Formats: sequence, structure tokens, C-alpha cells
Amino acid sequence: MSDLVSQDLNMVFRSPKGETVHALKDVTFKLKKGELLTVLGPSGCGKTTLLNITAGFLRPTSGKITLGGNEINGPGVERGMVFQQGALFEWLTVAQNVNFGLRMKKVDQKTTEKKVEEWLEIVGLKGFGNTPTYQLSGGMQQRVALARCLINDPELILMDEPLGALDALTREKMQSLVLKIWKETGKTIILITHSVEEALLLGERVYVMAPRPGRIHKEYKLPFASKGLNQDLREIKNDKEFVSKREEILSMIWNMEEEIMGKEAG
Amino acid sequence: MIISSLTFLIIFAVIGAILYGQRLIKTEKSDAVFGNPERSKGGIHWVVVGSSFLLFLWLYYSWDIAKAFYPKSANEICQVAKVRESMLSLKYLFPIDERQHKSTAIIHRENENIQNYISEISSNPNLSEVDKNTYINILEKIKLSIPYLTNEKYLEFETKNTINKLTDRINNLTNVFPTNNFPPALALDEERILNEGLSKQLGWGATGMEIPPLPETKLGLKYHKAAEELTLISDEFFQIRNHNPQYKLLTNDIKSDIKNHRDKLNDNQELEITLLKEINKLNKRIQFASIFPPTTLVQFEQAVRNFDNVQKKEQGSIATKDALLFPGGTIVSSGPTCAEDGPGRWLPKPSDTFRIFADMLKPSVGFKFVPMFWYEMMGVNKIVGFILPDWIADIIPGKYPIHSSDGQVKPNFKSKVLDIVTGNFEAFKIPVPVGHIWDSFLRVFLGLVFGIILGVPLGIFMGLNRFAKGFFDPLVELYRPVPPLAWAPLVITVFGIDNVGKIFLLFMVSLSIMIISARAGASGTQLSKIHAAHSLGASRWQILREVIFPNSLPEILTGIRVAVGMCWGTLVAAEFLAGTTGIGFVENVARKYMQYEVIWITIFVMGMLGLLFDITIRKIIDKTIPWRGKG
Repeated sequence: MSDLVSQDLNMVFRSPKGETVHALKDVTFKLKKGELLTVLGPSGCGKTTLLNITAGFLRPTSGKITLGGNEINGPGVERGMVFQQGALFEWLTVAQNVNFGLRMKKVDQKTTEKKVEEWLEIVGLKGFGNTPTYQLSGGMQQRVALARCLINDPELILMDEPLGALDALTREKMQSLVLKIWKETGKTIILITHSVEEALLLGERVYVMAPRPGRIHKEYKLPFASKGLNQDLREIKNDKEFVSKREEILSMIWNMEEEIMGKEAG
Repeated sequence: MIISSLTFLIIFAVIGAILYGQRLIKTEKSDAVFGNPERSKGGIHWVVVGSSFLLFLWLYYSWDIAKAFYPKSANEICQVAKVRESMLSLKYLFPIDERQHKSTAIIHRENENIQNYISEISSNPNLSEVDKNTYINILEKIKLSIPYLTNEKYLEFETKNTINKLTDRINNLTNVFPTNNFPPALALDEERILNEGLSKQLGWGATGMEIPPLPETKLGLKYHKAAEELTLISDEFFQIRNHNPQYKLLTNDIKSDIKNHRDKLNDNQELEITLLKEINKLNKRIQFASIFPPTTLVQFEQAVRNFDNVQKKEQGSIATKDALLFPGGTIVSSGPTCAEDGPGRWLPKPSDTFRIFADMLKPSVGFKFVPMFWYEMMGVNKIVGFILPDWIADIIPGKYPIHSSDGQVKPNFKSKVLDIVTGNFEAFKIPVPVGHIWDSFLRVFLGLVFGIILGVPLGIFMGLNRFAKGFFDPLVELYRPVPPLAWAPLVITVFGIDNVGKIFLLFMVSLSIMIISARAGASGTQLSKIHAAHSLGASRWQILREVIFPNSLPEILTGIRVAVGMCWGTLVAAEFLAGTTGIGFVENVARKYMQYEVIWITIFVMGMLGLLFDITIRKIIDKTIPWRGKG
């Protein structure tokens, strides 16, 4: 069983002025293999910190997080990451970006080429292999980032607002792509987002986090992601249940934000 | 011929391009809005106007247009300049170009001097009363001597007569000068000498003398002869001394006074000695100043003025050419030679410049026995011997052969290897480039390459590692702010005036730039890219090679571009300091011999090479980092 288990995760940042910021406080959760978790919350609630700790880019102040029983102690191939801006290597072509992980592992060229072909097709970039990445649009760049991450066959995929910078239309297409990949590969996915709608649409489970200190405020288990696999996303968005859940979470976040503003004003 | 056609071509090009530009302005739509950046696009015809204008300025101000259309104009102006020179001291006597008569000015000045001395002496506490009285007495006497020079009644008949004769000669010259009778036919041998000189005389330009001095035209000959006559008159005039007996008596008296007093002084009395010397000088100045009574030279002055007017009138086309085609200066005569006085002197004529440049490019000519840029056949063995270090042979086990008792040396493996690494073997020859330009290029190239090889890894290391940054920062920051040339004397002393010293200096220049740019590139890598590489399973070395290095390439290449410019500037200055080859050396030697053409050639060559370097690097940048600014 390669579950992701987090136990009393604490993260305290110290600013140069000496103030301490409690970015995460006693975060405990368990994610089973093949689950899709979306994390939602107002800015500054520690979403990205949580993701960075999971990826191994940060060491938690206390507590531990394990994947399949192994404590996470640094970045690793078994945890792929998709960044907000893609973080593509702009000096490489699409194919070179996608096969980066395989090249690092020195997989033979034939297998690499075959896999790259496969993944470019899945993300809908067939024939773009030799294009320099800086010539791609934002959505296409994000597809490359997705393929680059998935070609390594990670156990866990971490997505840090991967669709945040895209226009509405592209965003919707990418959301179906994420769902499709989730279904076809059966990967565990953690996706961080600002958009309530996106969180509801994609998340089999949704964590709403609260700031100061960053903690998991509320947890939902939702049916929309499984529905979205064979139903039009726009229809789901008009679903009564969907709308009521969306309003509930939105007002929750609004309240949190107002509370912060109040605190700051006070 | 080429220059005159070029001049016309330039004029046509400028007019044509301006007309074309004017027509285009009316149809250009983007011109409707002032400030629209589109308005600065295109305009190759204005480039034509700009460069033609520049070329025209060069042609005009170097007096090459004058040379192209009137090759003899400089020679003619030279003859006029001779007349001007011969009249210079005569005109100086009178208020022609001056404000006062020279006599008036001198009398005024020396009277003032006498007065100053008197007051200075009488108030000087270091002089004894007796001395004071003596000196003041002498000064008063000098003052009294002036009227003997300026009073008409003391003027001797002899003097008057000579002045009248000279006046007549000038008047005579004035009368015949405009006519065809002047100059009178040359004597046979005089003409022979002149023709012989003319046949040997080289053209105007950088061929030998700046301006050919012997008159080449009839009009020129007229001025040449007039100048000869005027020089004689002038010499004779300045031999006249208005020393009438009364004046002589007084000056002798003054002289003996000075001498008597001087004899009484001992060598320690420096103040007195100096004063006496000054007084003596003052007396002599008055004595030899050609001071005449105010009315004596009236007719002589009129004669000089008349001739000056006539010669100016007779110049005709020469004066026009001088005014139009010799901007910023003219040609002056000094003794036997004529010279350009103005931009024509330091701004070489394009025609001369290109001719000399073509000469210098010939491998057989070059500059100081070294061609500018050529090739030389060199055996491969020499190159191998130069590249392979000799110690390769030394570290091979065994001993070098020892000669045998029958006086033979039998080579063994070790000695054969030594032959190879020292280049002591037969091999085919290949051409290698040589010359000043190549030497300069090679120095910059090698300095740069060594700087890059060491600077880029070090810079990246410093950008990634706290220890490396802290450890090397003081070293780099200590030597970097020093202007490279300030290091030159030291580096040249240690490493020699030849290639090693200069390459090391350039290495120092490029090293600091490369370290700083590589460091900036490495530490400027986006964290998310490093994160991505990490989670894609890249090792440290792989991240360095595949992410950090390519990511810092734009900075590194920009650094190289800056370093090339800096190296190029430093090299030329270093070659100025010391060395026997290189573009800077050429310029330095040319400067010593005032070869303005060569100086300008080196300036052009340096500009062109610098541009070439920059364009090459820009091309490389465009090729290797097309993603720059798009990530």
C-alpha cells in the first residue's frame, strides 16, 4: 500500500524581523492510493507549503509525512510535480522536456522515444515534439509539464495551481485532461487551486484550509470527479448539489478572508 | 580621378536619397502620428545620406577634394604663402595687421619697463644707496637715448638713402608684378636648376614633402620670384641700424657704465648681477629694435601696403580655391618647405589613406617588417613541439641515450619521444596566419578563452556555494575594480612584453567579467526549475549540466560580449605600452613618426575588428540562446 500519511505536520517560518509565522499546524491526513485530493483555501493558508513538504523541497519543523511507509526526506522521482508556470526548460524542445526524467535515468533511446510519442499523444501535443517550448501557448506548456511529470510514472502527482494562469476555455479543457489522466493511470493526485469550482469538479476529496495558523478546516468527500469522467463538466457545474456546495465553501472562504482583514485592521 | 568621381557620386546620392525620402514622407501612413515608433523604421536612403555626408566631410576637410580637382592648388597656395612669409616682418613694422607701429609699441613697452625698474630698485631694501643711484642713473640714460633714435634731425643721410632705395625697389616690384614682364625671363642655368628640381618633385600628399615647394605653374612662379625679391629687401631693411653718432656715443657710455659696475661686483652679489643683466638686455632691445623717427618710414610703409594689395588682387583663382577648398586652415610656408596648417594635416586624405593601407596590406611591405595580415608556411612538427610539453619525454621510464665509444649516439624510445615533443622531426608544412592584426586577434582570443575556461566554472560554483562565494569574493573584488591598465606595468614586468604578458592581462580582464556573469546566471536560476529537475530524478551533476548551465548561458554570453569589448580596449593600450607587434604597436610607432594616415588606418582596423567580434558574438547568441527573454 503506498498511501500518503501525514502526522502532526508543523511548519514554522521565521521572518528576518524575528516574527514567526505558523504556516502549518498539526496537519494530519491520510490519502489512499488512487485518490484525487484538491486543496482549497484563502491565500496564506499554507497550501503550497504543504505541497512543498510533500514534494520534499522543504523540511517540516516537526511531524512527519510518509509515502508507502517511507518518510519523505527530499525530492524524489516517485513524487512528480507540476508547477503553476510550468517551469519548463525553455532551452529544450517539447520532446526533450518530456523525456528529461528518462534521460536523467539513462533509459535507452528507443524506449524513450516510444514513451515520449505515447505521452505527447495523451496530452494532445502529437507532432509538437521538435517545437521549442517558448513558442507554445500557456495551455500547451502546461500539457508539456504534465507529460514531463507523468512519463516518470510517479506514485504521487503534486500539482501547484497548474491551471491558475490559463484562460477559462483552456482551463476547462485541461480539467477534463486531468480527470482523464487520473482515471486512466489511477495515480494519487494532490491538486492545489484557488478556484472553488475547480476544487469541487476535480476533487474526490476536498480540503478547505484555514490560515493563521495554516490548518485543515474542513474536509469533503464529493461525487463530482467520478461524474466528470463520463459527463460534460458544464452540466455538472449546473447541478443543484454542486451549486449549493460551491456557495457553502465560497461563503466559508469569504468569512475567513474577512476575519483576516478584520485582524489586520484591528 | 577616383576621388573626383566619388565626389560627384556622393553629391548625386545625397540629392537622390533626399528627394526619395521627401517623396516617401508624403505616402508613409505611420507618419501621421508623431511619436509612433513606426516612424523610426526603415529609411535606408537616410543611411545613404548620412554616410555620404560623413564621407563628404572627410573628403572636404582633408582637402582631398581640392587635391582631386586641382592637384596643383596646394603648390600655388604655397607660392603665395612664400610671399606672405617674406612680407611678414615688414608688415609687422606697421599697423597693417597690427594695431600700432612696431617702433611705437616698443618705445611704449620699454619706457614702462624702465619706469618699473626704477621704482623696483628704489624700493628694494637689499640694495645699497650707492648701487641704487648708479642703476637709476643708467636707466635714466637709456631713457634719454630713445629720442636720439626717434628724432628726425639725428637721422643720417645714409640711412635715409638706403630706405628710399628699398622703397623704390618695392614700388618697382608693385608696378611690374601684375604685368607679363614679371617675372623676367630666367637665366639659363637658373631655369635648368628649376626644371631639374621640378622633374624630381613628388606630388602633393603623403609621398615625401607634404606640399611640393617649387613653383609648378606660371602664376606660382610669379609669386615665387616676388617672394625671393621681397626676402632680399626685407633682409636688407633689417640690416639698417639707425645708430647715429650721437646715439652711439650714449650707448657706448651706457655699456661702459654697466661694465664698470659689473667689474666692481663680486660673484656673491646675485641680485646686483641679475639686475645689471636685465638692464643690459633692456638697452640691447632698444638698440636693435629698428626704431625710426615717426615720419621716416611713411613712404616705405605705403610701398609695402601697395604691394600687399597688388599681390592680393593678383591671386585671383588661388584665393578662391584657398577659401573654398581649404576649410579650417591653409598652407603655410616656413623656410624652404610648405606645410598644411589645418585639418588637412591631421586628417589624412582618403586617397592617401587607402593607398597606404593597400601598401601595408602587401605582405612584402607590412609595417616594421611584419605584414598586417598574411600567412606563413610552418611545419607541423613546430606546432606539435609547441603544443606538447617537453616533460612528456622526461616522465617515460628509462634514460636518455649516452654516446658510445665510437662517437655515435644511438637513439632509444625515450629520445625519440623527446624528438616528437620538441618538434624535432620532418613533417609537411601548413599555412599559419601571421601579422599585426592576427597577433592582436590571437591575444584577445586566448585571453578570452582562458578567462572563460576558468571564470565560468568558478562563477557557477560561486553562484551555488556559500563557501566558494565567500572564499573567492575578496580576491575577485580586490583586483576587479582596478583598471586593467593599472595592472599592465606589473604584469608586463613579470610575464614579459611579448604575448604571455598581454594574454595574462587580458585573462585577468575577462576572468572577472566571466566570474561575475556566470555567478549571476547561476544564482538567477528559477527555483521552480531546480525543483522540477529534482523531482524528475536529476542528480546534482545533472542539474548543474542540464539546468543551471543552460539557464545561465544568456548571462555568460552577454558576459563574453562585454569581455570582448574590454579585452579589445585593454589590448590596444597594452600594445601601446610595450611590444613589437600588434595593432596598438603600429599606432604607437605611427604616432612617433606623425604618420597620420597610419594612425587613422589603425583606428579603422580596430573599429572594424571590434565590430566583427561583436557581430560574431551576437550571431552566436542568437543561435545558441534563441529562448533568451522568452522563458
